[in-house]
Amino acid sequence: SSWWSHVEMGPPDPILGVTEAYKRDTNSKKMNLGVGAYRDDSGKPYVLSCVRKAEAMIASKKMDKEYLPIGGLADFTRASAELALGESSEAFKSGRYVTMQGISGTGSLRIGANFLQRFFKASRDVYLPKPSWGNHTPIFRDAGLQLQAYRYYDPKTCSLDFSGAMDDISKIPEKSIILLHACAHNPTGVDPRQEQWKELAATVKKRNLLVYFDMAYQGFASGDINRDAWAVRHFIDQGINVLLSQSYAKNMGLYGERAGAFTVICSDAEEAKRVESQLKILIRPMYSNPPMNGARIASIILNTPDLRKEWLTEVKGMADRIISMRTQLVANLKKEGSSHNWQHITDQIGMFCFTGLKPEQVERLIKEFSIYMTKDGRISVAGVTSGNVGYLAHAIHQVTK
Amino acid sequence: MAASIFAAVPRAPPVAVFKLTADFREDGDARKVNLGVGAYRTDEGQPWVLPVVKKVEQMIANDNSLNHEYLPILGLPEFRANASRIALGDDSPAIKENRIGSVQSLGGTGALRIGAEFLRRWYNGNNNTATPVYISAPSWENHNSVFVDAGFKDIRTYHYWDAAKRGLDLQGLLDDMEKAPEFSIFILHACAHNPTGTDPTPDQWKQIAAVMKRRFLFPFFDSAYQGFASGSLDKDAWAVRYFVSEGFELFCAQSFSKNFGLYNERVGNLTVVGKDTDNVQRVLSQMEKIVRTTWSNPPSQGARIVATTLASPQLFAEWKDNVKTMADRVLLMRSELRSRLESLGTPGTWNHITEQIGMFSFTGLNPKQVEYMVKEKHIYLMASGRINMCGLTTKNLDYVAKSIHEAVTKIQ
Repeated sequence: SSWWSHVEMGPPDPILGVTEAYKRDTNSKKMNLGVGAYRDDSGKPYVLSCVRKAEAMIASKKMDKEYLPIGGLADFTRASAELALGESSEAFKSGRYVTMQGISGTGSLRIGANFLQRFFKASRDVYLPKPSWGNHTPIFRDAGLQLQAYRYYDPKTCSLDFSGAMDDISKIPEKSIILLHACAHNPTGVDPRQEQWKELAATVKKRNLLVYFDMAYQGFASGDINRDAWAVRHFIDQGINVLLSQSYAKNMGLYGERAGAFTVICSDAEEAKRVESQLKILIRPMYSNPPMNGARIASIILNTPDLRKEWLTEVKGMADRIISMRTQLVANLKKEGSSHNWQHITDQIGMFCFTGLKPEQVERLIKEFSIYMTKDGRISVAGVTSGNVGYLAHAIHQVTK
Repeated sequence: MAASIFAAVPRAPPVAVFKLTADFREDGDARKVNLGVGAYRTDEGQPWVLPVVKKVEQMIANDNSLNHEYLPILGLPEFRANASRIALGDDSPAIKENRIGSVQSLGGTGALRIGAEFLRRWYNGNNNTATPVYISAPSWENHNSVFVDAGFKDIRTYHYWDAAKRGLDLQGLLDDMEKAPEFSIFILHACAHNPTGTDPTPDQWKQIAAVMKRRFLFPFFDSAYQGFASGSLDKDAWAVRYFVSEGFELFCAQSFSKNFGLYNERVGNLTVVGKDTDNVQRVLSQMEKIVRTTWSNPPSQGARIVATTLASPQLFAEWKDNVKTMADRVLLMRSELRSRLESLGTPGTWNHITEQIGMFSFTGLNPKQVEYMVKEKHIYLMASGRINMCGLTTKNLDYVAKSIHEAVTKIQ
């Protein structure tokens, strides 16, 4: 008999399931709105021009493949910190931070989670917004922490339940860990306004909470990297020493190259060195040291003025296309004669949109129209093109009229 | 402002092998030699990007149909299948019977960690952190941390290196296996044991396998040097394949860092051999969950290079040739160092230098002698006396041999 007879079959991933079903569908009009990756207006993956240029530069330099340090490529981690914090940031200039290269967003989150489990003895509780990215819960759980929630999304209005969030957060036990999405909340697309962020920061500070920001869409949300990092920078300006996870999967299209970073803002540079030494001890038995390719590409882009400029233009281009699809979807729904209020589609931001569609309606979209999305009514706007937005509006109208 | 929550975080000691390289870099002495970290070097003392790798990278760069999309959670399918095939052999009964699984991982370390996390959750009951894990004395120092961080509470050592006779303590090893609680996990080095360079012979492996079978001990192979050790992929995989042929269910953590020279691309693979397809499928489904919360999906560049190379008969032949080049240079340095020490009349016996295999040699130098080498001669090696043969070149052989001679005669 086998050692593994008692091993249960793991549940299928709900999002992957969407793509699997989409692939099997033979309808020529089919749409995959489950995919969490950017697509151009032809529905194709988009390799950024600045990425291709960076790759050409790398190829011409004929570099070796020696191990990176445990903390990763220094040019990359420094540029990452500067991108997030801003070049004029006191925390950045004083060096009172440590940034480790991580395996994209997931790996960076996990380093932080493991670090908190080992060194943050004040609390085992991580408060997530309701809802949050599906993978947040298992990441923190596997790291040995407990999950709690605070109100965030209001399904009645398809927007932020600000009073509910403030109410819940003001009651979170002191020194608990709170996770915040820096911009382009996944899965709802609902972000606080700057005034609301200010209030959140004040409350979080009052409650003495440990803040962990997940920033997976800097630049990709509004098209402006500074605007998208505003919340992170504001919190730090208010004296809140945050933890931060960054991903370059979406904003540089480096998905499979796994480029990301984990940052801890510390009291001073000496503390940062101590924290850094412990992060290395955590990382070494996970994968020893991080992969070079994605970090090298990102580093060259961030550190080469021409390429950085080109990147900013391209990331704005992606963000603008998403915003344009939102606008067109709402316009087409109106043209279809829908009487519903679809304003949330353009109010929301980033790759995802919580349409407000109910499971039965989603079911119909899949079965009758071959339009694939997750049961919670979340669509990836990246999967919408000028060629299919009309069809999408028509289908949504049919199931909601 | 309130005191920082991290005020009490202590400064951790640096990882020894990387500190060694850092010290080497700062050393201004022209004679300096780095015999520390385990990476291949040419006779010019330079890193070596394999010619076949350069070729394949160019192919990848020229292929405009490729993009940077996410790989599946378990990795690039062509990589996984080919990587496991390399370890188990083309004619493996386990492959034929469709009872193997593969998880593309971040280097050998990543493969070890995914395997360890899985075993802690699902082996010998559910979440049984008390299952003993046996690691060879000595071993790669990171093995211990991998299993501790995966949650195992009872990490033990098994006898391996006999310092007196400078060879394998087979009897000690077998005794430990006899005494180990049933179902204990044993970390076995598939070939080119790190740090001793001392491997069991096929006959000794047979004895080891017999005890493990009788006592229901779980074999977890660490295969970081396949091809690099002897120059032959098949020879270096003999132990793993023997265990498979004996009907074991096992894990094999593979690294392509050394044999492909892809160190910083983090290319590894966890090969799972089970009793049947159904068991393996369930195991993989649970490993997927572990991967998803660790790194979500693995990096694509290195896996593409390896997959492309292994899938093409011509490129595969080129790769084997490149691997043999590296293995042969190491073998040459071994024989050259030994002959110099013997010519110098350096006290002690030095046949272990050529009898050991792979990148490393356990010289037998004691910590004081090592300190002399580092401080006085600017030759950097691990406190254990481990040297990386790849750090030797035709230019520095004389200096290193003379320095070892000095250390052994001056310091006791």
